[in-house]
Amino acid sequence: MSSAIRSSIRFLLNDQTVELSGFAPDLTVLDWLRIERRLTGTKEGCAEGDCGACTVLVGRMIDGMLTYESVNACIRFVGSLDATHVVTIEYLNRPDGELAPVQQAMVDLHGSQCGFCTPGIVASLQALWLSDPEPGVKDVERALQGNLCRCTGYEPIVRAALAASKIEPDEDNDRLVRAREETARKLIELADGARVEIDHPEGKTFIPASADDLAEIYEANPKATLVAGSTDVGLWVTKGMRAIAPVIFVGHLTDLQTIEETEEGLKIGAGVSYSMARGAILSQVPQLAELWDRLGGEQVRNMGTIGGNIANGSPIGDTPPPLIALGATLTLRKGSARRTLPLEDFFIAYGKQDRAGGEFVESVTVPAVPEDAHFAVYKISKRRDEDISALCAAFLIELDSDSHVATARIAFGGMAGTPKRATHVEECLIGARWGWTAVQAAQAELENDYSPLTDWRASADYRMRVAQNLLTRFFLETSGAPARLDTSEPLMMEAGE
Amino acid sequence: MNKSFKPDVNAETVDGGAHVARPHDSAIKHVTGKAIYIDDMAEPAGTLHAYLGLSTRAHARITSMDLARVRAAPGVKLVLTGGDVPGINDISPAGLNDEPVLAEGEVKFYGQPVFCVVAETRHLARKAAQLAQIEYEDLPYATDVVAAIEAGHDHVCTPLTLKRGDVDAGLARAPNRLKGEMRVGGQDHFYLEGHISMAIPGEDDEVTVWASTQHPSEIQHMVGHALGVPSHSVNVQVRRMGGGFGGKETQGNQFAALAAIAAKKLNVPVKIRPDRDDDMSITGKRHDFHIDYDVGYDDDGRILAFDGTFAARCGFSADLSGPVTDRALFHADNCYYYEDVRLASRPMMTNTVSNTAFRGFGGPQGLIGAERVIEEIAYKLGRDPLDIRKINFYGGEGRNLTPYHQTVEDNIIGRIVEELEESSDYQARRKAIVAFNENSPVIRKGIALTPVKFGISFTATWYNQAGALVHVYRDGSLHLNHGGTEMGQGLNTKVAQALAEEFQVDFAMIKITATNTGKVPNTSATAASSGTDLNAMAAVNAARQIKERLVDFASEKYSVPKETIVFEPNRVRVGNQVFSFAEFIDQAYMARVQLSAAGFYKTPKIHWDRATGKGRPFYYYAYGAAVSEVSVDTLTGEYQVDRADILHDVGKSLNPAIDKGQVEGAFIQGMGWLTTEELWWDDKGMLRTHAPSTYKIPLASDRPRIFNVKLADWSENREMTIRRSKAVGEPPFMLPVSVLEAISMAVASIGDYRTCPCLDAPATPERVLMAVERLKAGA
Ligand SMILES: Cc1cc2nc3c(=O)[nH]c(=O)nc-3n(C[C@@H](O)[C@@H](O)[C@H](O)COP(=O)(O)OP(=O)(O)OC[C@H]3O[C@@H](n4cnc5c(N)ncnc54)[C@H](O)[C@@H]3O)c2cc1C
Ligand code: FES
Ligand code: FES
Repeated sequence: MSSAIRSSIRFLLNDQTVELSGFAPDLTVLDWLRIERRLTGTKEGCAEGDCGACTVLVGRMIDGMLTYESVNACIRFVGSLDATHVVTIEYLNRPDGELAPVQQAMVDLHGSQCGFCTPGIVASLQALWLSDPEPGVKDVERALQGNLCRCTGYEPIVRAALAASKIEPDEDNDRLVRAREETARKLIELADGARVEIDHPEGKTFIPASADDLAEIYEANPKATLVAGSTDVGLWVTKGMRAIAPVIFVGHLTDLQTIEETEEGLKIGAGVSYSMARGAILSQVPQLAELWDRLGGEQVRNMGTIGGNIANGSPIGDTPPPLIALGATLTLRKGSARRTLPLEDFFIAYGKQDRAGGEFVESVTVPAVPEDAHFAVYKISKRRDEDISALCAAFLIELDSDSHVATARIAFGGMAGTPKRATHVEECLIGARWGWTAVQAAQAELENDYSPLTDWRASADYRMRVAQNLLTRFFLETSGAPARLDTSEPLMMEAGE
Repeated sequence: MNKSFKPDVNAETVDGGAHVARPHDSAIKHVTGKAIYIDDMAEPAGTLHAYLGLSTRAHARITSMDLARVRAAPGVKLVLTGGDVPGINDISPAGLNDEPVLAEGEVKFYGQPVFCVVAETRHLARKAAQLAQIEYEDLPYATDVVAAIEAGHDHVCTPLTLKRGDVDAGLARAPNRLKGEMRVGGQDHFYLEGHISMAIPGEDDEVTVWASTQHPSEIQHMVGHALGVPSHSVNVQVRRMGGGFGGKETQGNQFAALAAIAAKKLNVPVKIRPDRDDDMSITGKRHDFHIDYDVGYDDDGRILAFDGTFAARCGFSADLSGPVTDRALFHADNCYYYEDVRLASRPMMTNTVSNTAFRGFGGPQGLIGAERVIEEIAYKLGRDPLDIRKINFYGGEGRNLTPYHQTVEDNIIGRIVEELEESSDYQARRKAIVAFNENSPVIRKGIALTPVKFGISFTATWYNQAGALVHVYRDGSLHLNHGGTEMGQGLNTKVAQALAEEFQVDFAMIKITATNTGKVPNTSATAASSGTDLNAMAAVNAARQIKERLVDFASEKYSVPKETIVFEPNRVRVGNQVFSFAEFIDQAYMARVQLSAAGFYKTPKIHWDRATGKGRPFYYYAYGAAVSEVSVDTLTGEYQVDRADILHDVGKSLNPAIDKGQVEGAFIQGMGWLTTEELWWDDKGMLRTHAPSTYKIPLASDRPRIFNVKLADWSENREMTIRRSKAVGEPPFMLPVSVLEAISMAVASIGDYRTCPCLDAPATPERVLMAVERLKAGA
């Protein structure tokens, strides 16, 4: 259906325009930068999106605005770069060649020791500096969730970020600001609306022109791998060494990136990244705020999509439990046929979802939290940030006028082979008076709903015990006794400095 | 040095001399991505790439190994197995012949390298390595320390016992006695740059190896051993590492040896860089320990007798387990005097990767045993553990002799703790926390102050030597080379500062160059925190030799007494005349003065007799203390560090900014060791936490919310170290024992502080919750 088919991708790399064809469908941005372009400032520390040593900035047009985001070059594929601006550490200094404010602060405040994490840290801090004029300590920490440093203990890095924020980005101190209009114009020009097909001995790469084009290509190539943010698929390649061709990239499709308020709820396109969704989803469901900021690190949130999180079907994905508890529905599309099903029905068994060949996730619709309902989400992991959940719990209950449970929707991740509702617990609660007795009875029912596994993230005992305790926490919170760690403050702070 | 750089010959002080807080010498290169690590070097034409094939059994006989598909894979040029090693198939740093480059016949841990494939690209080599078909016959295995003891495994090396007094009599006599055990987990180094080597073949039997290593001389030795050529044929170079922490003291041997073997066989450069997951599976880690203690104490909490056994998971071979487990014993007293004492090590063979050096080198595991005992006594007596600590500190008549019969002569722990207690407002905060806990059902808080005393010097006495090579060029610029290696700790910066101070030239006049076994031979590992102590002294020694020649020359030429020749900032005063340093040097050159010198240093006073367990293994001690405050969620076991205050002793700091950075970094790394960093083996003996997705080192958001770090600026080393400074790399790693103990206190609040929670490390949220549940159940 597309009028034109291109056989190369075109994007900007620092101050150059690049045209590439004939590349492998699983060629990573990091390997391309380091091996083919010899831009070795960007490092590989893990090749799985967890350490941030490979962080680069990618600029793209979002709602008509040129926006630069930090991303992990190690798990991002070159095929996803069409009509973007890739910026590496080699290009982050000032236009006059001097150190940029972030770099200067890192030097002055001793933010590097071995220096191997440093280019990635500078890239992450640069993204923060460009986007947030007045970051607080928490914002800096959030920007650094996807960057590991083993030497410094981070203290001087956080100080450097705060110091740099005192200087505003402008045309003299930042190349991206200086070239902003020209870059935007070029990116708009590069996005010519053509479908791209790249041939390579390992297999073909498709970059559809639109969601309709995707539907057509996928129907014709039902065995193809869809790649959105590649925060899962990237690891199949770098860690599993799996062949993924043919590949269809979907991360660039703006018609899968819409967020709409509908009668049924917030309709989020499958291609919306965590970062793009943050504003809309948190204003509709503020209770998701903590979870949202603990999903991966900043780079992963900039790339990863809600659609991918769901489609991946992992039992430890973080969005399904709360979305199931909220009663979200999923819309799938194959060719021009669409169907909508409750999200929980999508997950059939471990590794098995209700999705036919050639069918893709188009959107997920998230109803608002009913007025007066109690809703909470808890994520439990070994390390607070950028860690996969040992378990994730979402509770939604509505009480009737005399405090009996009218509705209960409770879902857990990490407790079974799929994200799954706690139906025994729900049944036990419905109709009961919302109090200790009911909570205790419900806790016992958890054992009928789940028999969790023991693995390196947690033992079965711990998972079950915490699941039960989270019901306690939920009850305490609904009765106005919130007690969460993140609200605990150091005692007698004035004795500090 | 920039060509246009002109040192200020009228300056009052040199720029970048000793005791100033200047940035790391590579800081600008770090932040611009221009610092070159080995994988960033331009590869010589024709460079091939090697990758390793690993065992998938914890212990098994290899019954058949079919590598035909590996050989036939696209781009493959060579496949090596153990039999292809031209010299000796061994890289045991202990010289015990227990560590093959590639396993032959039998594999002893899951992930042990059994073959190596060389191909056109790393990607092709890595893919080819997947194609091997290896059949095994399983043999019995034990991966855990206790399981290994139960299975009757051997020790990997000779255990050590330290004794003083009569511990059995002391225990029998003591009014109170307690017995217990503690498990302390291991730790992966997680240097951000993984292991890597690149070997470039030369003529005859020569080969040049670039390796990410803390110990170039050992790489040289091992490569020679594996190739069957003398050390003089092997040149090893390292400019910088992206982190080491002990993980690159011996663990690079395998990679370097294989790159060199393949490079010589094919006569092309060969590079090897394992993927992070493989790096973490193939290379050794901090030893996990199982500690048993039996302690007698009086009603005031004074320890009278201490009997401790420290069993370690050493892995399948000795590597450095001997000195590591020795050092555990050397620190099992921490700051405390034990009247009657017996400390024994048990270096257990386990079917896991061979564990190795890691910041602290066993010391932290010994020290934590001492701190656990203090904590237990405190809970038994209903006292603040800090009171028990103070009463047991070294000091006072007859209370200064360590279990290894070295007298503690430089004890400053009393002053450190006193100042910290005051500046952190410890007493008031502890009261407030106890009060808080009474009214907080879910969130509980804890606080703890723990001290550190750490012995400085390699316990292998001969390691305490270093060399340096200094050239002064005609234009007055200097070339600095020494045997130490830069891994981020700022060694090069500090050595250059010492040199700048000695010559009275600006830091910018000095070029820091890659460590090179051809320039300074027979170097020791950059380890045991000794890098600056040793190498700066050697560099200064070289400088003094050159200066002596210069003084002789000038005194003769200008007929002035030697005392009137003074090196002033960027200039030299000769009697009444003043020359810029460059001018002066050029004159010396014209007069044929040798402007280059090899410096040398060996640490005085130390000796150690392992057989009798007596001596003075340490030149001096470094001290420090920390107070940590935490909040614990008793529903989930999650926690956060609310505040940490540190006072640490680095003597008279050569560079306070770098030293403070070491203290901060060590604290966070040590905190990771004791909290979220968990090594988890499955029942097949496979390490499952072998990547940052599963192995969780601290993030920026795990930092203490308030972090007050101070150096004890009044401290001066009483020994004649380089400008009276003290070593800093390892000692602060033990400060976060205070975090573990603070978590423990928060948990103990559940049982009204009557029961010591006896938290094992790492105190993951799971372990914390289980301890909470234990206390709730009243156990
Ligand atoms: C370092 C790191 C940390 C992480 N932390 C978390 C975490 O804390 N919590 C968590 O839940 N997850 C976490 N993840 C995983 C999470 O990022 C992914 O699950 C992500 O949401 C997937 O989205 P994506 O766009 O990257 O998908 P991709 O990787 O591109 O694709 C994932 C799967 O979905 C399929 N797919 C993608 N889009 C569609 C579509 N429109 N229709 C049909 N199929 C589609 C792909 O074919 C593939 O099977 C982490 C990942 C990394 C690398
Ligand atoms: S290399 Fe670690 S996140 Fe990319
Ligand atoms: S400076 Fe070494 S990892 Fe950050």
